[in-house]
Amino acid sequence: MAKAPPYPLMIGPIHPALKEPTMFKFTLEGERVLDADLQPGFNHRGIEYLGMKRNPLQVLHLTERVCGICSAAHQFVFTRAVEHAAVIQPTERADYLRVLIAELERIHSHLLWAGVAGHELGFDSVLYYTWKIREDVQDILEILTGNRVNHSYYIFGGVRRDVSDEGIAKARKILQGYKKLEDTVLNIFLSDPTIAHRTRDVGTLTYDNAIKLCACGPLTRGAGVKKDVRFSWPCAAYGDMKNDFKVVIPSDYGYPNKGDIFSQVVVRLHETFEAIRMCDWVLDNLPKGPITSEPNLSALLMAKLRMAEGEAVARVEAPRGEDIHYVRLKKGKMEIDSWKVRVPTYGNIMSWITMFKDAQIADIPIIIASIDPCIGCMDRVTVVDGDSGKEKVLGMDEIKRLADRRARGWK
Amino acid sequence: MKLTKSFDRSLWVFHVNAASCNGCDIEIVAALTPRYDVERFGIKLVGTPRHADVLLVTGPVNTQMADRVRRIYEQTPGPKAVLIIGNCGASSGVYYDSYCIQGPFDEFIKKVDPNAIIVYVPGCPIRPEAIIMGVVEAWKALEKLRGEA
Repeated sequence: MAKAPPYPLMIGPIHPALKEPTMFKFTLEGERVLDADLQPGFNHRGIEYLGMKRNPLQVLHLTERVCGICSAAHQFVFTRAVEHAAVIQPTERADYLRVLIAELERIHSHLLWAGVAGHELGFDSVLYYTWKIREDVQDILEILTGNRVNHSYYIFGGVRRDVSDEGIAKARKILQGYKKLEDTVLNIFLSDPTIAHRTRDVGTLTYDNAIKLCACGPLTRGAGVKKDVRFSWPCAAYGDMKNDFKVVIPSDYGYPNKGDIFSQVVVRLHETFEAIRMCDWVLDNLPKGPITSEPNLSALLMAKLRMAEGEAVARVEAPRGEDIHYVRLKKGKMEIDSWKVRVPTYGNIMSWITMFKDAQIADIPIIIASIDPCIGCMDRVTVVDGDSGKEKVLGMDEIKRLADRRARGWK
Repeated sequence: MKLTKSFDRSLWVFHVNAASCNGCDIEIVAALTPRYDVERFGIKLVGTPRHADVLLVTGPVNTQMADRVRRIYEQTPGPKAVLIIGNCGASSGVYYDSYCIQGPFDEFIKKVDPNAIIVYVPGCPIRPEAIIMGVVEAWKALEKLRGEA
């Protein structure tokens, strides 16, 4: 029989294995993946462009809609960036409440991922089980913020709503319920032979590659890299709690730091329960006081934000990894002068290429799902040539060349 | 277009993400999973538009997705309904003045098929209960077709 030549396989933009539109081009030899390429841009909505046409208070609502899953993380980091630029100090109670919502979001996001990963393995019972228990954390979020998904909780100088004692009691009861489930959930995922068979030594990202490719979030921690902005660059209440918690890596829980999908399952599940303990810690240590340093919104907007001059970068650990926002404000200008979002998935997509090497076709969906991609977050940048109107993708050499030219003051 | 009697028992849905922010998409999955569990009514998420009765469309339609959504709509066998999930499809939502948005999705789909059955489920994001409500509305709209020749 003649040897089949390498043949291409396109997956996407609409495909049952993808929850969001993006396109993959694989080069295959039989069942084996030789090479992989990614074509993003199907989810592009021009959010940064829209942000530069609106004032910071309006952009707050836009930041949530960068991604519906990690909406609180984007708002968290954006408020921090604007606070740095406009020199606004959040209150202490607000700092704690911000961390509470961010950690609750991490619980919901990681449980969501665990369900989707189970679905991609063809293990739908796991999907239904994890999404069933995920609804409980959605209940807490609804009690505390008033909405299930886009909470609009953060504002410059603090948060929008205070938590009542009744709300705290309800939240504690639900968190207590999660602690009882810890053994069951870990047992389902970590002792199951089907999951072990499909995830061990599949989609491996080595320690060196994780560092070389600037990956972030649970993906790198699965490879043993202790990279977590909550601990290395603590903000808000994270600084107060960093002695009680530590970065989750598989070797601390008796598993090798292999960087395969199984390691990521270990990291994400243990992080979920670590986040539950963090929420408990926040509720135990919640300081009293006002929830915002500037309750009058028009004073905040007209006096502080419009008159602010400066630029700032802020970083927060979103559920998927490090989220960075850059904001520049100009004095007398209502709109944001410049806004750049670097989302965790943007740092992680390059890891896909090495993870796909030598994988089987059947493993493609789980490898895609394993980095917990958020294409909605990522697809904000396309380079359009202004003269011809043609889109083009810039290579590293080209970007370097343009950067050099810019550094010399050319256009 | 006349419906067969067996058609109105259960609706199979296909989820099209036309540049959505994921907020509505996770609520669709939440509606399918045990707390809300629409599968008990036979409503099922299918893997291809060719098996679907209803398209669940989330997000405003951007330039890249416009042609693809049109093709998906054409691949869906009739009689079919389109459920516009969230504010984006009805009015482009917060992205209304972006350069890459191809206008509200309902107008876009009416250009492709003037007789399209469109059901709106507004909200940003919608709640899972609203999706169940929307599917019931789509079901009623499809049932109405039976009376017509």
